[in-house]
This record gives sequence, structure tokens and C-alpha cells, in this order.
Amino acid sequence: MSEKEIKNLEEIFEQRIARDEKIEPKDWMPEKYRKTHIRQISQHAHSEIIGMLPEGNWITRAPSLRRKVALLAKVQDEAGHGLYLYSACETLGISREELYEQLHTGKAKYSSIFNYPTLTWADMGAIGWLVDGAAIINQVPLCSTSYGPYARAMIRVCKEESFHQRQGYEIMISLANGTPEQKEMAQDALNRWWWPSLMMLGPTDAESVHTAQSMKWKLKRKTNDELRQQFIDQTVPQADLIGLTIPDPDLKWNEETKRYDFGEIDWDEFWQVVKGHGPCNKQRLSARVDAWEEGEWVRDAAMAYAKKQEDKKLKKAI
Amino acid sequence: MMKNENIIQYIYGIADNALILGQRLSELCGHGPILEVDIAMTNMALDLLGQTRSYYQYAAQLSGEEKTEDDVAFLRLEKQYRNVLLVEQPNKHFGYIITRQFFYDVFHLLLLEELQNSKDETLSAIAKKGIKEVSYHQRFSSDWIKRLGDGTAESHNKIQEAVDDLWQYTDELFHMTEDDAIALENGVGVDTATLKEKYNNRIKEVLEEASLVVPETKWFQKGGKQGIHSEHMGYLLADLQYMQRTYPNMKW
Repeated sequence: MSEKEIKNLEEIFEQRIARDEKIEPKDWMPEKYRKTHIRQISQHAHSEIIGMLPEGNWITRAPSLRRKVALLAKVQDEAGHGLYLYSACETLGISREELYEQLHTGKAKYSSIFNYPTLTWADMGAIGWLVDGAAIINQVPLCSTSYGPYARAMIRVCKEESFHQRQGYEIMISLANGTPEQKEMAQDALNRWWWPSLMMLGPTDAESVHTAQSMKWKLKRKTNDELRQQFIDQTVPQADLIGLTIPDPDLKWNEETKRYDFGEIDWDEFWQVVKGHGPCNKQRLSARVDAWEEGEWVRDAAMAYAKKQEDKKLKKAI
Repeated sequence: MMKNENIIQYIYGIADNALILGQRLSELCGHGPILEVDIAMTNMALDLLGQTRSYYQYAAQLSGEEKTEDDVAFLRLEKQYRNVLLVEQPNKHFGYIITRQFFYDVFHLLLLEELQNSKDETLSAIAKKGIKEVSYHQRFSSDWIKRLGDGTAESHNKIQEAVDDLWQYTDELFHMTEDDAIALENGVGVDTATLKEKYNNRIKEVLEEASLVVPETKWFQKGGKQGIHSEHMGYLLADLQYMQRTYPNMKW
């Protein structure tokens, strides 16, 4: 294809996106669009799969049967999200094995929040309430993103995430209304998860490298700082309602802007965790690598068995 | 009339298997060899824990005390759990997980097929609902036995190893305790001893199709039904009971 022809296709493509048309797997798309989407969708899928681990840490120790079943179902939902996001990603011409390979070698990233440890049962509440809460704010705009398979996957993901968020908040309510020990447990979890949750919405706009292009392709509708402000404004009253204190001495309502002003985020910590040196980075990744490597003989057996069955069928047909 | 205490003990004999196997399966959530298998195993854990809750709610109600399903699940001593040794065996590798599941599923389905005829309406209802779930479990585990048995040389060896190691725990499934006998006399319980032949036939059928050998051992382990468990059980309970033991008398 000549340069002029490509330029022409690109123009048509950008116009389609501007008209809010969906791009489908078989449509022509610029290479950069494909690559950016592979990066973002796979990062999202990996986050779901890695995200199973911190919560999985409490399934066997959940305090009641009802909570155990709900947590198990929640973590299973995350596996399901991973599954449809990997499938959406595969429509862009990359295999699940390649995507795993990128995760396992550290080439692909996942949400840094999952590199923090889950130390008490209250962390199950805090993760649902804050982490899923922040995730929803990030993800709702993606339900109308330009790439069809991603947008459709996100509609399902968001429905389940908002259920998880309520479930997490409900755990916090029970604890906040419980004994002094339970209330302390809830406050401690909020103290540990608050700042990482704010960081989850990404670096400040000044530092964010992908924002401009992502806005154009509707992979993003608001900037990181806007999303963060939205998250804070929505979450602070929820904490007040159950008598928990946001661990930020600078947090206060601003009558003029009608928003909360908040304290400085420790961006050094953010970059430390992103670069692989958080409290659980190594542990999370090696849990995935171990599961993959220990499962190799199982996958090989399944493939070999399927082939034998296929051969038997062929023989019969002949 | 059967005393409530006998029915409760009879229920523990069934429900504790579901709880302990459900607990073992939940350890695996997030660590499966294939994402789809991870999801399927979690489904089975959810089914088993759902069944557990129905049985325990009923047992708590029969106790006549102010008990809940959680008191039953979390606050008994090890020797008061009536599960068989099979279900408490650890997740050594995927071959063990599937074999343990398969050996239990085949029994479980046969048991529920009989239990649905129980005179006790609650047990009959729980059994009827469980049959659908457990038929799926049995299909899942049988299919994997075949895949692993007739897959690669490595998978064949691994699954045969698990079959050989776990077979010794299967005989206990058919032992009748005193409470089982009382439940049977009263039309509430199942005569598990009569299920053995069908069980052996089904197991043999699948193992042979998977080109695996049914072990010939005549030595079997027992004790779980009497509350005498393996060394693994204490650790499993330490996990399971951790919150309830550390923070007693709280609502979650």
C-alpha cells in the first residue's frame, strides 16, 4: 500500500471513531491502534488475574460461610473478567500464551495495587470498597470505547465490579458497626489502602505519557487527575457515614470548588511499586509463574488427549 | 422416632465431607493450571460450600440451641468433624486434586441419588438439588482422569501415582457408623454399604478407559468418620477456624 493510501485509510478510521462507530476485529486499523489496545487490554486482563491473589489469600480463612462463599464467587468473577479480556485481546492477533509470556517475563504490566499485602479480613472490605471503587471509575468510560470487543467486555465487567464494590463496602459497614477490635481492623485497612487506591488512578496528568492519544481513541474520557478527584469526592462521604477516618490530615471540603482538597501523594512510593519493588511484586508474579509452570504437564496432557481423540475420529471416518 | 442428636450426627457425616473438600478446593482459587479449570474448580467449591450451608443450617435448627451454621462449621474440635480421610488429603499436584475429586464425586452422586428418597424432607430436598451439581462434578473429574490417563507418558504416570496413593482412602466411604445405622433404620439415611459395588464398577470403567490400573491393595485407611483424622486436618482447621477462634462471638 502506498503512503497516500495508508494516510487515506487513517483518515477514514479517525472519522469513524469521531462518529462513535465501533471498530471491529476485521476492520482495518492503524498498527499503533492495534498495539496500544493490546497493551491496555492485556494489562487489564493481567490485573484481573494477578488481582485474584491478594483476595485469594483470605478465602480459606474467611470468618463465616456466607463471607467465604461471597469471596470465592468474587475472585471467580475476576478469573471470568480475565478470560473475556484475554479473548478480546486475542481478536487483535495475539495468543493467550504470548500474553502470559509477556506477563511472566515482566514485559507487560498490571495494576500496581495488587502488590500490596492483604493482612487482615478487613482488607477484603477495603479492596472491594476502594480498589473496585477506583477501578469502576477508571472502567465505566471504557464501556463506550472505540474498540468493539473491549467495549462489550467492559459492559459485563462493570456490572460485576459495581456489585463487588457494594459487597466490599458492606463488609466495612459490618466491621465499623462491630466490636472495638473490628472497628480498629476496618480503620487499619482503610489507612493502608487509601493512598495506594488514589495512586491506582495513575500518575498526575503532567506525568502521564499516553493520555492525549488515548483520549482521541476513547480509551480515556477523563484525565487521571479528574478521575482521582471524582473518586475522592465520592468516597469521603462513604467513610464519614460509617465513622471511619480518611488517613489524610490535609483533606478538607472546599466550599469554593465544591470538591475535596487533599494532601500530597507519595509518588516515590508509586514509582517504586510500578518498577517492581513493592512489598509483594515478586511474590505475586512468582505465584503466577509457578501456577503456569506446574500446570504445563496438565496442558500438554489435554492437548495430547485431544489429538488422540481427533485421530480416532478420523480413522473411523476413513 | 429418631433423636435429633442422631440426625445431626448423620448430617455431619455427609456435610463435613462437603465442607472439607470445598475448603481444599478453595485453596486452589487463582492457582489453576488453566484459567478455565481454575473457574471450574472454584465452581465445584462453591457448590460444595452451598450444600454445606444447607446441611448445617438444618443441623443448627435441629440442635434446639441458639446455634448458627457458622458455629457448626467453625467451632467444633477436630475429633468432632465426621468427614472421611479422603477429602482432607492435600493438593499435592493436579493429579491428586482430580483423583481425590473423582473418587469422592462417584460416591457423592450415588449417595445423593439414594438420599433424595429420605423420609426427611429437608435432606431429600438438599439431595435433589445437589444431584445436578454433583453430576457435573463427576463429569468434570472423569473427563480429566481420561485426559491425564491417556494424555502423555508423564501425565499417565502422575495420575496413576495419585490413584495408587488415594485408593486406600476409598473403602471408608462405605463404612456405616452407629448414627448411619440409626438413620437407615428410620428411613432417613442411606445404606452406603450397598453402594460399594456400583462404585467400584464406575471407578473401574473410567480408569480402564483412561488406560489406568485399579490398585489391588487390600489395605485401607479409616478413622475420619470416628473423628480420628490425618495429620493434615489440624492445619486445614487452623486456617478454616482462624477468624472465629481469634475473634470469638463477633458478627462478620
